[in-house]
Amino acid sequence: MKYIALVYSNPGAFEALSQTERDELMTKADAYLKEFSDSGELLSGGVALADPSTGKTVRVRNGVPAITDGPFAEAKEQLAGYYLLDCESLVRATEIVTHDPAALFWAVEVRPIMDTGGSEM
Amino acid sequence: MTTRVEVEDLLRKLAPQILGALVRRYGNFDLSEDAVQEALLAAAVQWPEQGIPENPRGWLITVAVRRLADEVRSVQARRRREEAVAAQVPSDELVVAAPSDERLPSEEDDTLTLLFLSSHPSLSPASQLALTLRAVGGLTTAEIARAFLVPEATIAQRISRAKQTIKASGIPFRLPPEPERAARLRVVLHVLYLMFNEGYTASTGPDLQRSELTAEAIRLTREVRRLLPEDGEVTGLLALMLLTDARRAARTRADGSLVPLTEQNRKLWNQGCIGEGRALVTDALTQSPLGPYQLQAAIAAVHDEAACAEETDWPQILALYELLERISPNPMVTLNHAVAVAMVQGPQAGLDLLAALDDDPRVAGHHRLDAVRAHLLELAGDRAAARASYRRAARRATSLPERRYLEARAARLKDAQ
Repeated sequence: MKYIALVYSNPGAFEALSQTERDELMTKADAYLKEFSDSGELLSGGVALADPSTGKTVRVRNGVPAITDGPFAEAKEQLAGYYLLDCESLVRATEIVTHDPAALFWAVEVRPIMDTGGSEM
Repeated sequence: MTTRVEVEDLLRKLAPQILGALVRRYGNFDLSEDAVQEALLAAAVQWPEQGIPENPRGWLITVAVRRLADEVRSVQARRRREEAVAAQVPSDELVVAAPSDERLPSEEDDTLTLLFLSSHPSLSPASQLALTLRAVGGLTTAEIARAFLVPEATIAQRISRAKQTIKASGIPFRLPPEPERAARLRVVLHVLYLMFNEGYTASTGPDLQRSELTAEAIRLTREVRRLLPEDGEVTGLLALMLLTDARRAARTRADGSLVPLTEQNRKLWNQGCIGEGRALVTDALTQSPLGPYQLQAAIAAVHDEAACAEETDWPQILALYELLERISPNPMVTLNHAVAVAMVQGPQAGLDLLAALDDDPRVAGHHRLDAVRAHLLELAGDRAAARASYRRAARRATSLPERRYLEARAARLKDAQ
């Protein structure tokens, strides 16, 4: 089964950390990536997103596009990045993500990715 | 003119023989496997253009041995550079002799030995699948990655992790000792079953390419049966695969949507596969102790024998599920058993059987439980409850075609109201 891990944090959260905390985060993040890439469960191709203030939101209403600055500014936690897991079960996926330092400081949401195959019933 | 397909078929057949020959002679599974993979790649490039050599097996062994020698030399050089204790490894053990001896050991044993090794219980299921496809099936890492829709680096990791585990645990290259063999064979069969399922459930729409896994699983199971013709479960698994794969053309529509068994156009079923599968399962059931694959194959055979859904021999299917539930109880079996009970004794009897599963953590909250309940409620005429159950199933499904199917069932009940 494939799962997506969505990392949520407050904008500016990384800057708010102390130097020690930042170092800890970086060291643990490297170890995390290595451990679960080596196990063949964490897939390459994860991404980190630029600050929400640098983004735009697009809505087309009655054929008229409206482009506004940034994602919803009022939301406290914003999507900061994501990566994919391919493992046995949701239980295993959440177990892996407990080792992600992002979960130590912020929150990581784990969601199953819809399979394009299926069995007839 | 040699076609790419001919070359591929030949390479896949030869792959385990070449690897077995190398491992027997030089003992290093890890490096031998890499060397064989490189030889196969070289052949896949050269043979379609230059033709298949007169002795393809000898060609592959020569190329693989050369690659292995290069690799061993570079390992030795690295050791010396690192001033490691090179003396611990007598160099004449590592220097690879030319393959003058063409009396290679029994290839049959090697295929089986490799299957046992690739599906060793100390490996994760994902690694077992990847290693089996590469070491025994002769597929490339890129082909395996495409089939599982993951990056090539991930498959490479799974294979290298598997080989490290094999090396570290010192698992010998020989058939498992007799007392363990039966249990280990069950693992081999389970890996082949997973391989088949991965390909079969994916063979819709844009994923058609993954059906290669189905063909590969059938081919490897045929190999195992050729080597162990007396084993009823090997025969049962092969029969199950054939009887299931026979319905492939009917199980999806052109848009990729799923067609339930009762609505499939049975003229599209592959009668050749059905005939072979039926003969195999009959043979197994009459000559071997009963096992779960044989029973599942027997159930598939009863479905496949009915000219239309209404002619299905449900009492016989029910009897087979009762046996299956006795020898191999699990909640997925109970779900199907409940459908058979409903078809023979009426929907309420089936619903009563399902109620027991609500407290089973292995299946409670699974969309299949809601889907079967919805189906039985629909049969019982309780349309509102059926619709609610289909919708719950649709929400819980993690497969797009299954979710669309369940949403359509729910919508159909709403329209009819």
